[in-house]
Amino acid sequence: MSTQSSGPAIETVGLVKTFGETRAVDGVDLTVPAGTVYGVLGPNGAGKTTTVKMLATLLRPDGGEARVFGHDVVREADEVRGRVSLTGQYASVDEDLTGTENLVLLARLLGHRKPAARTRAAQLLEAFGLTEAAGKQVKHYSGGMRRRIDIAASILSTPDLLFLDEPTTGLDPRSRNQVWDIVRAVVAQGTTVLLTTQYLDEADQLASRIAVIDRGKVIAEGTKGELKASVGAGSVHLRLRDADRRPLAADLLRRALDAQVQTEPDPVALTARLTTAASDDTAAEQAARALNELARAGITVDNFSLGQPSLDEVFLALTGHDTQQPQSGSDNAHDPKDEVAA
Amino acid sequence: MSTTTTTESSELAPVRTDSLADLLVAKERPPRPSAWSASLTFGWRAILKIKHVPEQLFDVTAFPIMMVLMYTYLFGGALAGSPKEYIQFLLPGILVMSVVMITMYTGVSVNTDIEKGVFDRFRSLPIWRPSTMVGYLLGDALRYTLASLVMLTVGMILGYRADGGVVGVLAGIALLVLFSFAFSWIWTMFGLLLRTEKSVMGVSMMVIFPLTFLSNVFVDPRTMPGWLQAFVNNSPVTHLASAVRGLMAGDWPADEIAWTLGWAGLFVVVFGPITMRLYNRK
Repeated sequence: MSTQSSGPAIETVGLVKTFGETRAVDGVDLTVPAGTVYGVLGPNGAGKTTTVKMLATLLRPDGGEARVFGHDVVREADEVRGRVSLTGQYASVDEDLTGTENLVLLARLLGHRKPAARTRAAQLLEAFGLTEAAGKQVKHYSGGMRRRIDIAASILSTPDLLFLDEPTTGLDPRSRNQVWDIVRAVVAQGTTVLLTTQYLDEADQLASRIAVIDRGKVIAEGTKGELKASVGAGSVHLRLRDADRRPLAADLLRRALDAQVQTEPDPVALTARLTTAASDDTAAEQAARALNELARAGITVDNFSLGQPSLDEVFLALTGHDTQQPQSGSDNAHDPKDEVAA
Repeated sequence: MSTTTTTESSELAPVRTDSLADLLVAKERPPRPSAWSASLTFGWRAILKIKHVPEQLFDVTAFPIMMVLMYTYLFGGALAGSPKEYIQFLLPGILVMSVVMITMYTGVSVNTDIEKGVFDRFRSLPIWRPSTMVGYLLGDALRYTLASLVMLTVGMILGYRADGGVVGVLAGIALLVLFSFAFSWIWTMFGLLLRTEKSVMGVSMMVIFPLTFLSNVFVDPRTMPGWLQAFVNNSPVTHLASAVRGLMAGDWPADEIAWTLGWAGLFVVVFGPITMRLYNRK
């Protein structure tokens, strides 16, 4: 803890990892400030996990440099291991052992004496709401319980840097929210978190800075606001009381805002994409005028928001393909059709 | 089945972030465990696995019993006049053969275990790197001891009497377990080197069958052709079998023990570093 300097938690320069012909990580530069949640966002196969594995000393980089709290991940791997913890689909716990056994085992490996290891394991299981399942083999745990025990295993000794590699993939929304609560609690105690995710709302919820990775390269980096602003205009989201009035509302909005209006799958929802940035005064003025028009027409608005673009829109704008689309050929990015779509 | 899982997850107790925060405040890390203590912890993991999946003891109980019974009655009459006389010669040898054969399961379990999620966590811990593998082998040493005791019991029921007494028998088993521990590094290497469980099994068989059968376990090598004698007399399994046989008979076969320990040392020195190299690269 005493070595916690003002320097960044992670610093990489031109990090490269190749697997045969594929450049899984192709010159990644990252600077992660200490004490924050840093989001690494990208679709499957973008190189997120490979990057994390190199930073956690599990993989040797083929090029470039990476430092964790000033320690080189290759030459000073042991120092790095002493400061970080890792949770991912691959770095989990032993399924054949019980929750308690897993935590005691790892606590012992971290140097806790047996009584201390048992106490710490019991306390963590309690805090994670797993006391009842403590004596059960982990292979009988549900997905949400698995993720909790995985994270508990990572904070047996409070790490200075915690890697969370897609911590909520495959979880139901409720378990997901609970994992987010855990992440917030961990960060509140001063631990730096590097979070990789393919869920844009997850990065939006947790991270203060975000790097967008695609095909092994960082294609955008900045605060959430900066990233969204780089895409341009924001949107007005509306929810009406009465679905029947939607066509009229859409028409009014189109005229008042001079914007594209989309009807959402939800029969009472509407989204108008503004042509000017939402932070501009004109955007707020336009929105106010639109609300006025709707009120005069007697359309009741249940919910109204003037928002910046979602990260989904950011991703689409940055990569030319959306996050769900599996990556096929690497030259897809230059496909003229894609550019039109973007 | 799936319904229970769903109920389980919906009734899951909430995360208590306040007590979690308290736990996280304690930032001091205890000093790192010593190499020995980390290895023992991994040995404890191996024992826990046996506790949860006791079926895996089948190969160190049923298999050795089968080996003793089968070879005693198969060869006994022909080679020594009667099974009862043959077991006096066979037991230490069949003990060596069976335990050395059992070691090959190490490769298979390393191979299946290494693919599981927990290994990457182990590899990201600041501990003595070989301790994971050493812990494995410590757990296996326990299995070897168990197999030896089972076979000894069966042998004694069939009429085997050890002139070396308790001390001789224990010394013999200790030497056997020590050798098997060292020999197992070959299997940890294959377990990490080969991609599938099946290929590990296949390669193991190719090594283990000639190595154990081409030895003095069943018969005196003097009846074998010269070229085979040259191999058999220098095989580590022959040295081990002679040493164990001697110890259990109450002798002190110093040169055979020395040869056995020499081979054991060689296995660790050669295959230990190769295993660790593969482990670090995995």
